[in-house]
Amino acid sequence: MTDESESYITRRAVLTGVAAFGATPLVVRRAGATPETMKAAIHRVIGESPVSKGKVTLDIPPLVENGNTIAMSVSVDSPMTETNYVKAIHVFNEKNPQPDIISVHLGPRAGKAAFSTRIRLADSQNVVAIAEFSDGSLWSDTVEVIVTIAACLEYN
Amino acid sequence: MARTLINVPPNAKRGQVVEIKTLISHVMETGYRRNESGVAIPRDIINLFVCTYNGIEIFRADLHQAIAANPFITFFTVATESGTLQFQWTDDNGRVETASAKITVE
Repeated sequence: MTDESESYITRRAVLTGVAAFGATPLVVRRAGATPETMKAAIHRVIGESPVSKGKVTLDIPPLVENGNTIAMSVSVDSPMTETNYVKAIHVFNEKNPQPDIISVHLGPRAGKAAFSTRIRLADSQNVVAIAEFSDGSLWSDTVEVIVTIAACLEYN
Repeated sequence: MARTLINVPPNAKRGQVVEIKTLISHVMETGYRRNESGVAIPRDIINLFVCTYNGIEIFRADLHQAIAANPFITFFTVATESGTLQFQWTDDNGRVETASAKITVE
């Protein structure tokens, strides 16, 4: 009798241990981009040059229900002349599995330094747009977006 | 590979800035999803979009997994001369889709 109850306790202890062990991976965050990997991605694309705030307007809704399709547009204050124009616009995120969103390359023939597209966001996070000017200067805008239904993690 | 939809104004005044809208049907599979049996669905996204105006590149975009399915891109160009705008999308499997539109500049 005593032996049996001891073995029962032991088995329960073992089962609890196994359950706890099995549950552990669930609380581990899915590997993805972090603010640090976003910084690394920015450095990879534009180098170590300093980025100033301003001139760029990142237009994206602050509260998004469905992270699978989010309208985003970027416009940059630039005369777009032969000598002073925007060369490229890069957009990054903090928490998607990958930090890059899009890089567009344009020139004086664009007439207007702006574009729009639709993006995916896996979580509420900051989105950063950086414009590269022809003189090498870099300008940025950051928008915090709250996402209620995340993209990327859904299953078929 | 896919259906495309282009919107370019058919007529423009010389020097006018015109808006170009492009849409292509594509799954833009991120490579992070799994099917019912738990097998990872391989990544398949359009990674490059290029627009040329009478053969000269005026707009290029490097796309990543964060671009939504059926990529929609709009941008601007100065109407310099009558001619053709060519659009080209390239995906991870090397498939290329092209489209073109005519513009008349007065």
